[in-house]
Amino acid sequence: MAVRCIRCKHIMVPPRSICPKCRSSRVEWVQLGAKGKLVTYTVVHVAPPQFKHMTPYAVGIVDMEEGVKLPSIIRTSRLESLKIGMELEVDFSPKSQETSWPHWPRYFFKETE
Amino acid sequence: MFKEGYGRREGVYARELFAEAALEAFHRVEELDPGKDIKAAFIGQMSEAYEHQAHDAPINASWAGLLPAPATRIENACASSGSALRAGIMAIKSGMYDIVLVGGVEKMTNQPTPEVTGILATASDYPFEQWNGMTFPGLFALMATVHMHEYGTTEEQMAAVAVKNHKNGALNPKAHMQKEVSLDEVMKSRMVAWPLKLYDCSLITDGASCLILTSPKLAKKLSDNCVHIIGSGQSQDTFCLHERDSLTTINAAKQAAQEAYKMADVKAKDIDVAEVHDCFTIAEIIASEDLGFCRPGQGGKFVESGASNIGGTIPINTSGGLKSKGHPVGATGTAQVHELYLQLTGQADRRQVADAEIALAHNLGGSGATGVVHILRSA
Repeated sequence: MAVRCIRCKHIMVPPRSICPKCRSSRVEWVQLGAKGKLVTYTVVHVAPPQFKHMTPYAVGIVDMEEGVKLPSIIRTSRLESLKIGMELEVDFSPKSQETSWPHWPRYFFKETE
Repeated sequence: MFKEGYGRREGVYARELFAEAALEAFHRVEELDPGKDIKAAFIGQMSEAYEHQAHDAPINASWAGLLPAPATRIENACASSGSALRAGIMAIKSGMYDIVLVGGVEKMTNQPTPEVTGILATASDYPFEQWNGMTFPGLFALMATVHMHEYGTTEEQMAAVAVKNHKNGALNPKAHMQKEVSLDEVMKSRMVAWPLKLYDCSLITDGASCLILTSPKLAKKLSDNCVHIIGSGQSQDTFCLHERDSLTTINAAKQAAQEAYKMADVKAKDIDVAEVHDCFTIAEIIASEDLGFCRPGQGGKFVESGASNIGGTIPINTSGGLKSKGHPVGATGTAQVHELYLQLTGQADRRQVADAEIALAHNLGGSGATGVVHILRSA
């Protein structure tokens, strides 16, 4: 879920109460779809302790169909196939990562099936 | 062996590094009685996690002999001491104090690299960037990927930044890594976050830096070797990378530069020497565009052409930059100005830029949520 500014239509993730673009505080809930396109990516080889076991892993920024961008881990078995503009879809981890950080359900992106 | 300056400084605390930098600053101002004359201190430091020590401005200031002058820590990630400098300028300009000390310090090497990577990552967004495993090299790599895609910037051009800055750093007796590297060595170094390799990344460094600020009138009485700060700018951009309209420019730095240029009444072409925030090689390429040294998208070609070498049209990072001199994060902003002070007073020895009169320092916080730019002129 995200919020959309009623005045300027800017979509905010995470939801916030003041629009950073037009400063209006009138916002409405909006349900985001599952699909987006890869804006940029990298493959992380040196990671903090919490992510070390996953290296190398891909992270990127995904432009959702609604016109809002999300940062995300990109799960793929073929890191070399990542390309700017490729279509991706969202999915959710059933359980949170095993870390000392607060636990909440995590989203990630994967190649469209 | 006791090594002065930036590097892996084993067996010392941040406070000792800070006192060392303060002492150098005191020695440069012949007529100054530091304990009596310095009325306040603003000290940049990024994280209390390195030494398990918060509330450290009073520690650093008292180890520099400044008790009881008020000391305040300024934290803006890697732009902490750039921001501390700006706070000091405001303190002087307001008339509240005659003389203040600004500086920064970080003692990073007592933690292993994965922990340091984790501590640095705290300067990125916790729920959206840290939780997605986006390290700092990762965040700048996201910008590099787009820069390559949109402008055809190459990994070799990024590597050219490292080669140049190591060449400069080899001439700086205080640099962390006083060693030249070849393009081939950079290209073959191990991958950190594609396309950024080990030699595209700045160093994990211990170090401190200090400046003494006063009004132009008082400066003349205190020392023959002062420089003028003629422009100061600071701006912010969205904290998270994904919220920005463009990933090939750092808008906070661009805005800060415009503010500083306007205050100083100079243009990009007037700058004789610059220290820019090359936390990663791509950051120097973007900085050279944001500061107006070259057109947007041309930063790769600009460094490749040699324009930013010592002897080029605008020498950049004569100190070796964060890349070779080192990046003790809290100390970096004022360390940049320290190098420019040496350049403008003709004390930069083998890396001296001939006839340098106007200099610019560009300091970034985080992935560019904070941008600080200062412009200096020789007296």
